[in-house]
Amino acid sequence: MTSSLRLNLGPQHPSTHGVLRLLLELDGEKILSCEPEVGYLHRGMEKMAEKMSYIQYLPLVDRIDYLAGFFYSELLCGVVENALEVELPDKVRAIRVMLLELNRISSHLLWIGAFLMDLGAVSPFFYAFREREMILRYFEKLTGQRMMYNYFVFGGVRKDIEYLEDVEEILSILPEKLDDYEKIITENPIFLMRTKGKGILEPKTALNYAITGVNLRASGVDYDYRHSDPLYKGFDFRAVVMDGKDSWTRYKARVLEIKESMNIIHQALVYLKEAGKLEQKLINPLNLKLPEGDYIREIEAPRGLACCYVKSTGEDKPYRLKWRTGSYYSVNLLRELLKGEYLNDAIAIAGSLDIILPEVDK
Amino acid sequence: MNYLYFLYIEFLQKHGIPKLFGDITFYVIPFCIIFGALLVVILALVLAERKLLGFFTQRKGPNRVGYWGLLQTLADAFKLLCKENITPARVDRFLFNLAPILVFIPVMAAVGIIPYSAEFTFVNTQTNVILYLILAAFPILSVFLAGWASSNKYSLFGAARSISQVLSYELPITFVLLSVVVLASSMNMTGITMAQFSKWGMFGWFVFPCILGFIIMFISILAELNRCPFDLPEAESELVCGYNTEYSGMRFALFYLSEYAMLFANSMFMAILFFGGYLSPFGKYLSNILFGETPFASVLLYFEQAGWLFFKASLLIFVIIWIRATLPRLAAFDLLKFSWVVLLPLSIINLFIVVIYKFILGGLA
Repeated sequence: MTSSLRLNLGPQHPSTHGVLRLLLELDGEKILSCEPEVGYLHRGMEKMAEKMSYIQYLPLVDRIDYLAGFFYSELLCGVVENALEVELPDKVRAIRVMLLELNRISSHLLWIGAFLMDLGAVSPFFYAFREREMILRYFEKLTGQRMMYNYFVFGGVRKDIEYLEDVEEILSILPEKLDDYEKIITENPIFLMRTKGKGILEPKTALNYAITGVNLRASGVDYDYRHSDPLYKGFDFRAVVMDGKDSWTRYKARVLEIKESMNIIHQALVYLKEAGKLEQKLINPLNLKLPEGDYIREIEAPRGLACCYVKSTGEDKPYRLKWRTGSYYSVNLLRELLKGEYLNDAIAIAGSLDIILPEVDK
Repeated sequence: MNYLYFLYIEFLQKHGIPKLFGDITFYVIPFCIIFGALLVVILALVLAERKLLGFFTQRKGPNRVGYWGLLQTLADAFKLLCKENITPARVDRFLFNLAPILVFIPVMAAVGIIPYSAEFTFVNTQTNVILYLILAAFPILSVFLAGWASSNKYSLFGAARSISQVLSYELPITFVLLSVVVLASSMNMTGITMAQFSKWGMFGWFVFPCILGFIIMFISILAELNRCPFDLPEAESELVCGYNTEYSGMRFALFYLSEYAMLFANSMFMAILFFGGYLSPFGKYLSNILFGETPFASVLLYFEQAGWLFFKASLLIFVIIWIRATLPRLAAFDLLKFSWVVLLPLSIINLFIVVIYKFILGGLA
């Protein structure tokens, strides 16, 4: 009995968060090799852009990552603004940063719930969704949409910010709820058993596999693009860098990052409450042509560095548009991380990387 | 029980029906009663679990079918009945169909040997504690058959995990059971219940001298029931649905319902071993306090005793559901290690403690 067992995990499987397919080679429950297969949710996002004007493409980009729509609107808007060398007014920046960070919190909250679901705990999922719901309600009030916002436009935002008291409420409720999560999850002995020391991601491996975002910072590499992002200029925050390298650290880093995001939102909120009416010079999207050249905009999305590259030939549509998303590289990493692990640890490790399939497949 | 038997035979003979018929049917009737009662209990349990999980997670739980969602499980069961029974290609048809049928039999037998009140046990044998233990471990056979016959890799993993889990948790249960037997000097569940009787009510319960044993037993029973945090055999996020992945319709329902039936039976078993079974926690029964020594009170006493047993069992079930709402799942190897390294030595130590305790008590008396 030396033959190994090939297990086809996915694309329809409860814990692959969509349609990830992992071809596993198993010896008993031990994984000998893992071959991730992506593309089941491919929508041709990049090719579509070549047939559309920029403003036609703008509502679609929210769908690249349905949990962090604002980030991808921001990327496309940012590319256009970079190309036309438009300087954003401070108030627009504050609005964008606040919404981005709220979006990051909602994304991380969902991850906490889904991760614990992967580990077999049911309740945290509902608790996390309860708080996420508050944020989504606010987004719905402001933009009319819960997930596909289409709120950022070239050169500014669609309309002035409103309902700031809702954000205040979220900020006042969230810390105590986070403490609740930590009580039920963080020091739970079973949770520790499942995550501590599991899925060790060495900094060197992480860099070789182009891992960014929380996964990289939880391996002890201090790299947060927000610090060099002009959008975040004037905001005071520090990147959450932890040195644990394991699943537990990735969990803890996300919880701490939520707290850091609340700090940023608070700063934006203070500014926005003082600021007067919104004054912005929007770029006329009709007949919008980017001058010939290569343009790029990067941002620190919840699942790692995201980036939008546009090659323009001076026409009203991009010649080539390319997205770089964080999860794609995390999926690739599974090849390395799952080797030699047991099946039920594999699910926990894959869960801890925060993979979102639409973002992988684009 | 004998009393009931003679009553039944007498009743039949009065109508000219031979004794042989009575001998046979006497054991069929309780099983029919058990089956009916068990179905009701299971439906209530499923609803209770969903409601409680709802409350724990700040939801309302099922509340559409019937008043307060009371008919929800009935509707679900009906839906499962109407569904197509799919037998996938390349399964072992005979075993595949046999497994869900087999799974219910030991559960019903196990419920049948539990003493519900002082005079009321369907089948009372001298050593029914051992019998119960065997029956409680029996569903694992059909779990294995189901996993093996499904020719599905997830099912196979589920079955393999299930077997290793039950094998390693059976031993601590047995040792704890031994210590209870030592305390009660009886291998009969009625005997064990009576041994816990004392003037001070609940202070005679075995949970006090044997608290360590109770904790071990509780954990092991969780494992044997495949309940969270030991729900590895059907870990949804890993094995899709474990051993019953390929089952649909009523066959799936049989697995699902038998799990709840086993949960109920095992909770009653624990209540009998450690919480005085049908004994009142106050020493005196409420029906005697309220109605004195009247014939009405003595009839009521049967129901009160059964009520106490159900009450204790449902408290245990509540705790089990509570645990499910709180804890994540253990990893497969931690689970086995936990049993062999922690629970088994502790249960043996517990046996020694109990024996010494018993010796001191006996010495004093």
